[in-house]
Amino acid sequence: MKKRAKIDLTADCAGIKSPNPFWLASAPPSNSGAQVMRAFEYGWGGAVWKTLGQDPPVVNVSSRYGAMDLGGVKLAGFNNIELITDRPLATNLKEIYEVKKRFPKHAVVASLMVPCEKQAWHDITKKVCDAGSDGIELNFGCPHGMSERGMGAAVGQVPEYVKMVTEFVKEKSSVPVLVKLTPNVADVRFPARAAKAGGADGVSLINTINSIMGVDVETMIPKFAVQGKISHGGYCGPAVKPIALNMVSQIATDPETKGLPMSGIGGISTWSDAVEFMLLGCANVQLCTAVMHHGFRIVEDLNAGLEGWMRRKGFTKLDDFVGKTAPRIVDWKHLNLHHKSVASIDKSKCIGCDVCYVACNDTTHQCIAIDTRKGNRKPHVLSDDCVGCNLCSLVCPVDNCITMKEVDTGLKPLTWDEYAKAGMKGYGEVYRRH
Amino acid sequence: MARRDARSVWRDNFAELKKPLVRDEARVEASRCLYCYDAPCVKACPTHIDVPRFIRQIAANDPLGSGATILEANALGHSCARVCPVEVLCEGSCVYVEWHEKPIQIARLQRWATDATHAADELPFEAGEDNGKRVAIVGAGPAGASCAAYLRRLGYAVTIFEKRKLPGGLNTFGVAEYKMDQRTSLEELRFLFRLGCGVKTGAAVDAKTAAKLLADFDAVFLGVGLAKTRRLGVPGEDLDGVVDALTFIESVKARDPKTLGASAVTVVIGGGNTAIDAVTQSKRTGAEQVILAYRRGREDMSAYDFEVELAKSDGVALRTNLAPKRIVGRKKVEGVEFAATHVVKGKLVENAKRFTVPCDRVITAIGQEKDRSVAELFGVALNGDGTIRVDAKSLRTSVAKVFAGGDAINGGKEVVNAAADGKRAAWGIHQALQDGAEPDADNAYWVSTIEGRVVAPIVPREEHS
Repeated sequence: MKKRAKIDLTADCAGIKSPNPFWLASAPPSNSGAQVMRAFEYGWGGAVWKTLGQDPPVVNVSSRYGAMDLGGVKLAGFNNIELITDRPLATNLKEIYEVKKRFPKHAVVASLMVPCEKQAWHDITKKVCDAGSDGIELNFGCPHGMSERGMGAAVGQVPEYVKMVTEFVKEKSSVPVLVKLTPNVADVRFPARAAKAGGADGVSLINTINSIMGVDVETMIPKFAVQGKISHGGYCGPAVKPIALNMVSQIATDPETKGLPMSGIGGISTWSDAVEFMLLGCANVQLCTAVMHHGFRIVEDLNAGLEGWMRRKGFTKLDDFVGKTAPRIVDWKHLNLHHKSVASIDKSKCIGCDVCYVACNDTTHQCIAIDTRKGNRKPHVLSDDCVGCNLCSLVCPVDNCITMKEVDTGLKPLTWDEYAKAGMKGYGEVYRRH
Repeated sequence: MARRDARSVWRDNFAELKKPLVRDEARVEASRCLYCYDAPCVKACPTHIDVPRFIRQIAANDPLGSGATILEANALGHSCARVCPVEVLCEGSCVYVEWHEKPIQIARLQRWATDATHAADELPFEAGEDNGKRVAIVGAGPAGASCAAYLRRLGYAVTIFEKRKLPGGLNTFGVAEYKMDQRTSLEELRFLFRLGCGVKTGAAVDAKTAAKLLADFDAVFLGVGLAKTRRLGVPGEDLDGVVDALTFIESVKARDPKTLGASAVTVVIGGGNTAIDAVTQSKRTGAEQVILAYRRGREDMSAYDFEVELAKSDGVALRTNLAPKRIVGRKKVEGVEFAATHVVKGKLVENAKRFTVPCDRVITAIGQEKDRSVAELFGVALNGDGTIRVDAKSLRTSVAKVFAGGDAINGGKEVVNAAADGKRAAWGIHQALQDGAEPDADNAYWVSTIEGRVVAPIVPREEHS
């Protein structure tokens, strides 16, 4: 019998090593030593401690979290207005020390946030290094509350501050430094470049997105409120994943930041979500919402799912696939205008809901019809008219019922870049413009 | 069974089989709906309720809007949610069935919405402005009640003449208790009749009143249903202990304690849904053994499969190919004499040999007779089978000012068919009295549901340009 290949899940993000790539993000699940140790016992590879600040600790409000459900799905989007740790710094440092003593191979990363003063950053950097942290994450992302006090996202939104504070920390840190980026910027590449320029060993992204969770239409007060009022909070959960993936890919493909280690964050709930971040270049991932929804136990299926996938794909270590998909993220101008795909409906799978029909006819390109003779409800694609927009296949409730089939146009690839340079000549009209 | 147990028997044995959804169940179930275009469930419903729309309204947390969508198309949507054989109507046509998945629980969602409407205690529509015309409705069953509601919306003064002491017809007296209790039927009508319907109960129509109705009203709607259960036509039928199914169900629904545990062996004769109601209600009132005897084979039974399954799960013995020849007994029923049957070249043949099944109660459920008497009073023409002949579009009878609907014209169908007929006849009456008027804004929606709303055409390939 052939021996099964040994799969090594060990992750190394900017020099911070962990037995697997799954870390608790800096958030309520990593608020205390007891929680972090329990998480490690379940199998988490690392934890970014709930952000530490200066004493006296902050005070929080009640309530703190809001959520958006979609259909039957709870917490499709999640939001919080909780601030950094409200425990004394000494307590957290003592617990970091204890956790490291008990779990020397697991990654404990100290998330930090203090005012933009050199001395303050120097002091706290030394303290967390002395406590035994394996790394430091600079919280330049928290969008609520702390940002009003000139910290968190207020720093992350100004590349010069990002660079300056990163330099402060690097001056005193004996461990790798990650800069956690805020998505609440026009272009995430600028703060990423600033972090690199300031000497950061890597970046972690994304932090949460400015958000208001809704208004209760009966009471007409915000759905999630502190005695009838709310400030904007940080949005996360499954709904933000595509936004995070875009920002990750921007940093992975930017010539100035390419190769900068990344720790991926944003809507990761399953092993495959994690793989997606890693394929776009993240060395490891951090989770919060899914943990807050289901508890630490989810790491068991994260590890099992990742290992199973690697085995199926023939990968034995994370480096075998990290960043593999990143080169496929390109500018629009590099997409092939001569590629043609048309929808194809598998009538043996079609259940006749006609959702594709109404979507196509009302909103896109009117290229699905139904021959209603003999009571037929199953639609068919008018291939000559189909522009290959995908909408029908996206709205179809049946797996693999509508697929997009590539059509050989016999034309050489042509990008917009080439087309424009050729003086708008040579385009083969591969689909009918309605 | 001791009489002091009666209350717990009703509670335990006659609780609704389909429980109401709770809020989260409704939300999750509603979100399963695919919102089909030109949906088959809408077509399958005789009243053409816009099912995807009302379900989407539930998903969007608008139960009252959802209730309005339902009640616009079907004034009796509250009871239909409980009594409709949805397995062969909307739910049976759900595309999930094609997918080999459980269909959307349309009936329970509909109930969720109409329960909310009832709880809010406000009708989603109003009576139309008084148009000075009067319509008499004979029979306060589903057809009559539905017709009355839509006529009120069109501004007609409506008076309903009901021979029983309570309105609702079979909805009130003939529906198995675990599907819908009497109170629900009466509440629905009380709610609906807030539109301003005059209801005269205990008002059987005779020749004199028929003539008066024809003279005094601008139109008359006959929603008189069918007559008594058909007789077996065998000796011994009048013995004590022989009862017809509708009378039996009525006494169960009236919670008559005399029905409780009064039978060691009951034989129910028939093969339709009413026969099933009779056997299940017998079991639940404490009859120790219940036998359902049907003349022909299982495949010929008109009862829906899910009804037969229910009877089996209640422990009823199903005996097919048994023709009743005689009810035996001196003073009281002691048994039924049967002849076994088989089919030869499509014809039912009885064996000469007879045998007797001992029992102490016989319930006959072999269909209802057509009620020719009321039709004759109004002079309307009948079809060969005894149903009232009507114009399919307007439900007008051979007498110009008389319209008809429900079991009296279809020979015995579902509540939802009667409700659809009532709606159609209301518009037919309006068309006749107002000379082809177009519906106004308040009435356009429900009128559009009579034939089913027209959706944008789904063009076959040839016609697509």
